[in-house]
Amino acid sequence: MARPSPTARAFGAAAGLLLAVGLYLGLVVVPPDAVQGDVQRIMYLHVPSIVTAYLAFSVVFCSSILYLWKRDLRFDAVAVSSAEIGVIFTGITLATGTIWGKPTWGVWWTWDARLTLTAILFTIYMGYLMLRSFAEDPQAGARYGAVLAIIGFLDIPLNHFAVYWWRTLHQPSSILRAGGPSVAPAMLVPLAVNFVGLVLLYSYLLLERVRLERIRHRSAELRLKRGRRG
Amino acid sequence: MVAEVLRRTWAMTRKDVTVELRARERVNAMLFFAALVLFIFNFALGPDQEKLREVAPGLLWLAFLFTGMLGLARSFQAERENECFEELLLTPGDRESIYYGKLAGNVLFMAMAEALILPLFGVLYNLDIWEHLPSLALVALLGTLGFSTIGTLLAAMTANLRAREVMLPLLLFPLTVPVILGSVRATEAILAGEGLAGVSHWLKLLAGFDVIFLVVSPLVFEFVLEE
Repeated sequence: MARPSPTARAFGAAAGLLLAVGLYLGLVVVPPDAVQGDVQRIMYLHVPSIVTAYLAFSVVFCSSILYLWKRDLRFDAVAVSSAEIGVIFTGITLATGTIWGKPTWGVWWTWDARLTLTAILFTIYMGYLMLRSFAEDPQAGARYGAVLAIIGFLDIPLNHFAVYWWRTLHQPSSILRAGGPSVAPAMLVPLAVNFVGLVLLYSYLLLERVRLERIRHRSAELRLKRGRRG
Repeated sequence: MVAEVLRRTWAMTRKDVTVELRARERVNAMLFFAALVLFIFNFALGPDQEKLREVAPGLLWLAFLFTGMLGLARSFQAERENECFEELLLTPGDRESIYYGKLAGNVLFMAMAEALILPLFGVLYNLDIWEHLPSLALVALLGTLGFSTIGTLLAAMTANLRAREVMLPLLLFPLTVPVILGSVRATEAILAGEGLAGVSHWLKLLAGFDVIFLVVSPLVFEFVLEE
């Protein structure tokens, strides 16, 4: 428990390697975008980040259901860890999005559909983390968190429709669309490498964060035991 | 089976309404707060009639939601303050009756506040609400129901937290963005004279939200009340 597991280390090392290769390909090797120029290179971090964030929130949803079903605090540890990492990746998406938005749209922030949706996602899961920090009893905190995670995840598609009908300015998705991707194959390579890299980074962070949670539980247990004896 | 759930739900709602009728803790505060909100908006935005008319649908819903939030925050306080949360849990039958009963009370109190806000709003901001009253009432009902489904669940959840006054709005507003957007846009279109046909997609979104959380909330409500 005291040290990262070999699996975690392998994930971490592979993530570092792939991200280095992917960012080098994306920032240096691949030619700049025909219209947007070098600014577009931020896509190689922006797009994989949000996909990883959605992956993280799906993990929160699944492990929350598993927690309510099995009542094993290990599932809850996975949920809260994954939520934290997901919030960080959402934050990276928002930051890179505004940096990309300034030169291309002329403004840092605009109430475009996808930006808004990402911001809503950020607020929902920030709320989740705040709720966790306010719950005194860990069991109650785990239950409340699980309920909120389920409601929050079901809320995402509804938010999606609402926000899209409200406004759309963002460039439409260029990879997941009918008729195949509209991105040049040369650009897809660093995108894919970075995506795999970020997923590995996510797995590494998740394993480490869950380990931290277990250490925390263990230390609380030990403190309780010592208190009882003394 | 369904009749039994309905009977228990009705008992729960009747209890809340009776308590409210005797103590008048919630509704009076909500009505007064609603009037105050309309008053304050005027100071915040100035007397320009044209400008006010443009932002009126948003203001109307802000008044609805803030007032509703006030009511939701109180919805489990009577049980908490008098330490009868356990007695509430001892109610026979499934917990879903408690949820639906509380929900019905919350919707009712919020609707009462809205019934005051809407005409007052029409008078203060020179809006022709009477002509569109049935359509507006439909949007208000769908929106209020959606806001209260998640609201009732979260009110039960935050009732036992340290920072409940802060946590309820922090959790509720991000989750009800579809309700807020749908209601405001639909109200805007109706006031512009587009009729119900022009807002059918928003109505469907609101109805979809209501149905999803009317089904899911009672399922997870059980885990919130567990002790």
